[in-house]
Amino acid sequence: MSRVHDMGGRFGDGPVVPDAKDDPVFSTEWHARALAVTLACGALGQWNIDRSRHARECLSPKDYARFSYYEKWLAGLTDLLVASEVLTPQDLVDAGDAAEPHALSERRLRAAAVPDVLAAGGPADRPSAVAPRFAIGDLVRTRARAGNAFVAGGHTRLPAYAQGAIGRIALIHGAHVLPDSAAHGRGDAPEPLYAVAIQADQLWDAPEHPADEVILDLWQSYLEPA
Amino acid sequence: MPHDQSSDDHPHTLLPSDPALRVKALETILERKGLIEPAALDAIIDTYETKIGPRNGALVVARAWSDPAFRARLLSDPMPLLTELGFYGRQGEHMVVVENTPSVHNMVVCTLCSCYPWPLLGIPPHWYKSDAYRARAVREPRKVLAEFGVTLPSGTAVRVWDSTAEIRYLVLPMRPDGTEGLSVDALRDLVTRDSMIGTGLPERAVAA
Repeated sequence: MSRVHDMGGRFGDGPVVPDAKDDPVFSTEWHARALAVTLACGALGQWNIDRSRHARECLSPKDYARFSYYEKWLAGLTDLLVASEVLTPQDLVDAGDAAEPHALSERRLRAAAVPDVLAAGGPADRPSAVAPRFAIGDLVRTRARAGNAFVAGGHTRLPAYAQGAIGRIALIHGAHVLPDSAAHGRGDAPEPLYAVAIQADQLWDAPEHPADEVILDLWQSYLEPA
Repeated sequence: MPHDQSSDDHPHTLLPSDPALRVKALETILERKGLIEPAALDAIIDTYETKIGPRNGALVVARAWSDPAFRARLLSDPMPLLTELGFYGRQGEHMVVVENTPSVHNMVVCTLCSCYPWPLLGIPPHWYKSDAYRARAVREPRKVLAEFGVTLPSGTAVRVWDSTAEIRYLVLPMRPDGTEGLSVDALRDLVTRDSMIGTGLPERAVAA
């Protein structure tokens, strides 16, 4: 079973409401602070992007649904700071009353380093010993159940709507970190990553148009020959 | 790892529930422990408010419209080109540019979270991160496009890219008719953010 974030194809959400052309990047100041504090904490190097995504996915379905976007970020970040033992639950209660500097304080993101850190990014491609199994044009079938093969309820990037579907290899991206492994402290486990094109009628009972398709980036271990 | 807990025993519930107070409380704790520098937060915010945004992507599109060699490189191997332009960075490490044609219209979503090409488009707009867009873009892209005022010819297929890995997608829209002879700068002004996500089309040239 998947988690609450896995909503592709779901019914009942109502219209998409486009923004106005001159809307600000951050509609309120705390949104900007929430984004910035999340990025600054990431620079402490205590987790990777897959783990931080999983922390948001692990919010209770009730909280995930009622929180606005940056509230999810804040809640995920707070849970992650405690789970990685950067902060204790007591720190959250007594406002971090600290007599001595934190062991990680030397790693804090300095203002002068911000441009370089943002420009450096965090590439996800890695050398890999796993040989590519598929070529462009090959037909593949996705896993029958979208789920983490190592950890029950764990992180995965195969959405439920695309499970058990037949598609065609459209692009080969090289070998990338496997989120199902990296989110759970099991190492990068890089393997080939592909863009897989799936016809809409493979995915939906009533596709809008017979020629439409959805393309997803899927790891080799999510796929078998079809 | 965060373990499954009831709504009430997640650590985040220890902070104030009002989000503005919540972020302030967390900032205070982290600052007192020496784990964040407020000036670094200001620098991050300034970067995404004033330096990195859809004008970057618009320049790339305008140049692709103007220069066939640039366009060919952008579609076949974009990273060296984007790096040369200074558009490499966080959430844009692995770009793929997909081209709209009369027969294919591309549209980008992230159904699982909110993946988006930051160095070229900046921070995603609210609707891109909304449940409605994430849920519906893959199943009924044409209805979603209609909500943006876009109707495609019946001979055009929709290709929806669900950003499930660290690959980030940018749509190269079709150059509008009547823009022959326009400079790169003039073309750049026609390229909207939504046209590079695939939920919009470029603006038309204003008749001189």
